[in-house]
Amino acid sequence: MHTDTLPRSWRLRGPERGAGWLAGAALIALAVLLPLGALAWQALHADLSHWSHLARYVLPQALSNTAMLLAGVGILVTLLGTGAAWLVTAYEFPSRRILTWALLLPLAVPTYIIAFAYLDLLHPIGPIQTAIRTLLGYDSPREFRLPDLRSIYGAIFVLGFVLYPYVYLSTRVMFMSQAASLLEAARTLGAGRVGVFVRVALPLARPAIAVGASLALLETLNDIGASEFLGVQTLTVSVYTTWITRSDLASAAQIALTMLLIVVGLILLERHGRKRQRYANTQRMRPMQPRRLRGMAALLAVVLGWIPVLVGFVAPAWYLVVETTKRLHLVGGVSQQLLNGLSNTLIVAFTATAVTLGCGLVVAWAGRSLRESARFNPGRACARIASLGYAVPGTVLAIGLLMPFTWIDRQLGTVFGTQGLLLMGSMGALVCAYTMRFLAVSVGGIEAGLARIPPSLEQASRLLGESASGTLRRVHLPLLRPALAAGALLVFVDAMKELPATLLLRPLNFETLATWLYAEAARGTYEEGAVAALAIVVAGLLPVILLARTNLKMGH
Amino acid sequence: MSIRRSLLTPLCSALALAGAVLSAPALAAEEVSLYTTREPKLIQPMLDAFTKESGIKVNTVFIKDGLLERVKAEGAQSPADVLMTVDIGNLIDLVDGGITQAVQSDTLNSVIPANLRGADGKWYSLSLRDRVLYVTNDVKLDSFNYEDLADPKWKNKVCIRSGQHPYNTALVAAMIAHDGAETTEKWLRGVKANLARKAAGGDRDVARDILGGICDIGIANAYYVGHMKNAEPGTDARKWGDAIKVVRPTFKNGGSGTHVNISGAAVAAHAPHKDNAIKLLEFLVSEPAQALYARANYEYPIRKGVKLDPVVASFGELKVDSLPVAEIAKYRKQASELVDKVGFDN
Repeated sequence: MHTDTLPRSWRLRGPERGAGWLAGAALIALAVLLPLGALAWQALHADLSHWSHLARYVLPQALSNTAMLLAGVGILVTLLGTGAAWLVTAYEFPSRRILTWALLLPLAVPTYIIAFAYLDLLHPIGPIQTAIRTLLGYDSPREFRLPDLRSIYGAIFVLGFVLYPYVYLSTRVMFMSQAASLLEAARTLGAGRVGVFVRVALPLARPAIAVGASLALLETLNDIGASEFLGVQTLTVSVYTTWITRSDLASAAQIALTMLLIVVGLILLERHGRKRQRYANTQRMRPMQPRRLRGMAALLAVVLGWIPVLVGFVAPAWYLVVETTKRLHLVGGVSQQLLNGLSNTLIVAFTATAVTLGCGLVVAWAGRSLRESARFNPGRACARIASLGYAVPGTVLAIGLLMPFTWIDRQLGTVFGTQGLLLMGSMGALVCAYTMRFLAVSVGGIEAGLARIPPSLEQASRLLGESASGTLRRVHLPLLRPALAAGALLVFVDAMKELPATLLLRPLNFETLATWLYAEAARGTYEEGAVAALAIVVAGLLPVILLARTNLKMGH
Repeated sequence: MSIRRSLLTPLCSALALAGAVLSAPALAAEEVSLYTTREPKLIQPMLDAFTKESGIKVNTVFIKDGLLERVKAEGAQSPADVLMTVDIGNLIDLVDGGITQAVQSDTLNSVIPANLRGADGKWYSLSLRDRVLYVTNDVKLDSFNYEDLADPKWKNKVCIRSGQHPYNTALVAAMIAHDGAETTEKWLRGVKANLARKAAGGDRDVARDILGGICDIGIANAYYVGHMKNAEPGTDARKWGDAIKVVRPTFKNGGSGTHVNISGAAVAAHAPHKDNAIKLLEFLVSEPAQALYARANYEYPIRKGVKLDPVVASFGELKVDSLPVAEIAKYRKQASELVDKVGFDN
């Protein structure tokens, strides 16, 4: 039912939308703008003279590196994520059931961990090349060795294999819940399996791919650990060089904000590209029937399906386990530290997840479409602004937050007469920082969930006299449960792995698993951090498996 | 449920959660708070010894980037007493940022040579870190000039970390001070042409890559060799360490000293426990603390007469480049721009 066909007086106008929700969304968007505003203020304190140096010597290389890295990772995560999602949805083969959740496991591995794990595994004196040399009969790496991982291709490889689950997750849900009836229609009209995938499933999955791939690409763009480690000079690395090596925070802020503008432009472009498309589905959600594979085809499916899991999770996790067992004697001494770090990590991540999800719900609900016409929607504008925190590097966001946080602390001190710093002296700063950083993840997931619920449901509910909030509680929240769970778990895993903002904003005597690992890694003795790295991966496993259970079971 | 109530519920729970995580730390009687960019494990033994001797509890937060920005933003409310960092450039940044204060101490002035501390008492060096040449055991080499790194005979044989890393920009800055910008640029291009792999990774990767046959020589800090050669036999680190020997290079024009960077500390401008901060600094240059620097971290002690670790002692006596370290900080920006200009890291 189109609202535009309703009498004018029946249409849901401003107040019916729920002005309170809009105000809440605006407040959250404003909060996210605070650190960006602080950065912009910093950026004003530099002249533009450094741009001529950048334009001549830095930007050509950094731009082409960044573009190549993004293109490569984008292609890889889309291929792996969509391919794997289609494989486990459309076909039945041995181990498929385990694979559906195992494909999410790389989410538990932070990019900085996989980079050093692979550098070690693939080093000329590492296990893989040593085995190859033994097979080929060479004695020394001086006689034979593979190309160095420290290259743009190496970076694409490691980032692609840990970030594809974002695409896998969103497309898998899409394939399962939405496509079934359409896919079957296409089948009955005579299209083959491949034809269905290319002509129906892929176009249908485009919003899901866009959501997943944009998360993966933003992580790539803002990555500093893996890029620096593998020697890829990206734009983000040049922001760091300008800030740290040349002590020029103002100029660094200028570069970071310019990057942010480009990112926003690209996201708007993609959204504009599918502006006229609607994806809501009023049919009962029903999974498609997978086709049973036999013989060689089944074997091929097993091999193809498990490759991403092996590369993105099993190999680095195995490496961490081996390195940890070599240092078992150290674990006794650090177990108290480990427990402290673990409990701090869980408490902060859990609190941040709850706040992020709550804010995400407010923002997404305020921005929902009430009618099919695409006019300016203030709620949606708030949602876009609230998602900006994910588009700047973690440290840059943290620097931007320093000023507002300490300002608030000073005001609190004046008002309540308290001593010291309330926000910065507690976990409060971290929770706020995580919320601003990962709001995009929860907003994106909830929006995608809302988009699958036809507006007619709200129209019916409202016509029957229910308020906007009541409709949310009684109609949408139950329908949104899978999307909320997925959002919560993604945010939780992201918050657990978060490093740069945690390093800068945490109080005295407070370590999380990630900062503890970094403290080891900062000396260059990465393998000494294996215990902490393994703890992060293991602690991340539980939410990932939960995520798989709640989200991917949907429709079964 | 009305709109207002339904909006209040999430807001209230958010506030309650926020309240639950907010708890101001209790103030103990005798304590000192340390903001450090040095890895906790490296300094923890010294801090434990300090607490044991003085009864003063040390609170620490380890920060990588943004120490200056954080303390600046915290302003007069900052709990920071002592700021500790590595690299003279980073240390001078803290001073220039106005977040340190001048303190005077006869102990500090008598132990630390004048060219290794701020004349006004706004910063102090605590240990020395010489940047040396790692050489594969297969190559015989007794002396080396930093300038030789650009010699074409080392084509495809040189490993080094990113040119933009503070350890390397400090070396390039020293080169500018000795040889001038033009010669340094030419030198950088020569080194770049000799690189066996991308300028990336860490200092220990130089030793690992020498063992892996990727390169023959490389520039890295000396204390890593202490760590590697003292590692337990059979570990990877020990294998890397055993694959190399150390030569201390000097500059062609400028005496016979090796390039040295520092680790150092300063008292924070708004230190709530200034006296304890000075006590901590004085303790860090004392005989037992300096011995820990030398034997647990393999850094070169700032204090004369402290016994070295045998591995580090085997490199011979350290002759420090006569250039005052503060000079190096002056040329750091120019050095960083030269590194960009020659595309060293590309």
